[in-house]
Amino acid sequence: MELSDRDLSLVAALADGLALVDRPYRVIGDAVGLTEDEVIARIAAMKEAGIIRRFGVIVRHHELGFRANAMAVWDIPDHQVSELGRLLGDAPEVTLCYRRPRRLPDWPFNLFCMIHGRDRDAVEAAIKALAERHGLSHHRHAVLFSTRRFKQTGARYGRRSAAE
Amino acid sequence: MDDIDRRIINALQGGFPIVERPFAAAAEALGLAEAELLARIKALREAGTISRFGPMWHAEKMGGGLTLTAMKVPAERFDEVADIVNSFPEVAHNYAREHALNMWFVVATERPERIAEVLAEIEARTGLPVHDMPKTEEFFVGLRFEA
Repeated sequence: MELSDRDLSLVAALADGLALVDRPYRVIGDAVGLTEDEVIARIAAMKEAGIIRRFGVIVRHHELGFRANAMAVWDIPDHQVSELGRLLGDAPEVTLCYRRPRRLPDWPFNLFCMIHGRDRDAVEAAIKALAERHGLSHHRHAVLFSTRRFKQTGARYGRRSAAE
Repeated sequence: MDDIDRRIINALQGGFPIVERPFAAAAEALGLAEAELLARIKALREAGTISRFGPMWHAEKMGGGLTLTAMKVPAERFDEVADIVNSFPEVAHNYAREHALNMWFVVATERPERIAEVLAEIEARTGLPVHDMPKTEEFFVGLRFEA
């Protein structure tokens, strides 16, 4: 799906989310010169096309009580990483799971999972359970807890169109 | 936050109605009145529990660029480098982590070519290498949190 200039202005108008009023799509339409029906149709189309992964409340996980998060990484042989990634991606403990390139010599790991939990102990227990369940203990491994969060704005799109 | 707030957060992390009166539709499914749902969402936003109500974008399908990067920053330069990195609007979030590579941030751009430019600008301004680790395969993007 190609995004038109009108779509991009809609994307920009959605950057801060919906107005918390009874007819939020009309408010957005007024801001970008579309009717409420057009806004609804375009957002639905973007969701259908997967451009919008999901539409709803975006939580601040730290404030919600998920005070600990770790990036758990493994060095998995290339011929096994896809299968293992799918298994870990299905695990309830995992919030994100990707394959990424190694950056030798500093970084030998190619499978990345984000694990969030109420506290450090909960995250460590989740990673241990995950590793045991999937027989990961013989692979090189690291757990990178976050110690400070500097910025969490989320990606912002549509600036170009907003500036025009 | 009470049980109703928790139900709202758990139910509305996806699948929000795209209809004329979406809060009314969502409220009905939760057994609430529209006005009460709106008031509770406003309160949750003011408390900082939720950041916004709207779309989570798929960067690549939008035609944009997205990558995860890491830097090895000397402890005495950490705050200075964090200020430089965070000054880029393309940096979506940035975390200090326990590893020799101790600063990890996500870069999201409208055009894929802009990723390399941003990373080069950060390297030039900090004098430190930036490791670029774009995903090569995606297994799961849930990012849902049980309240």
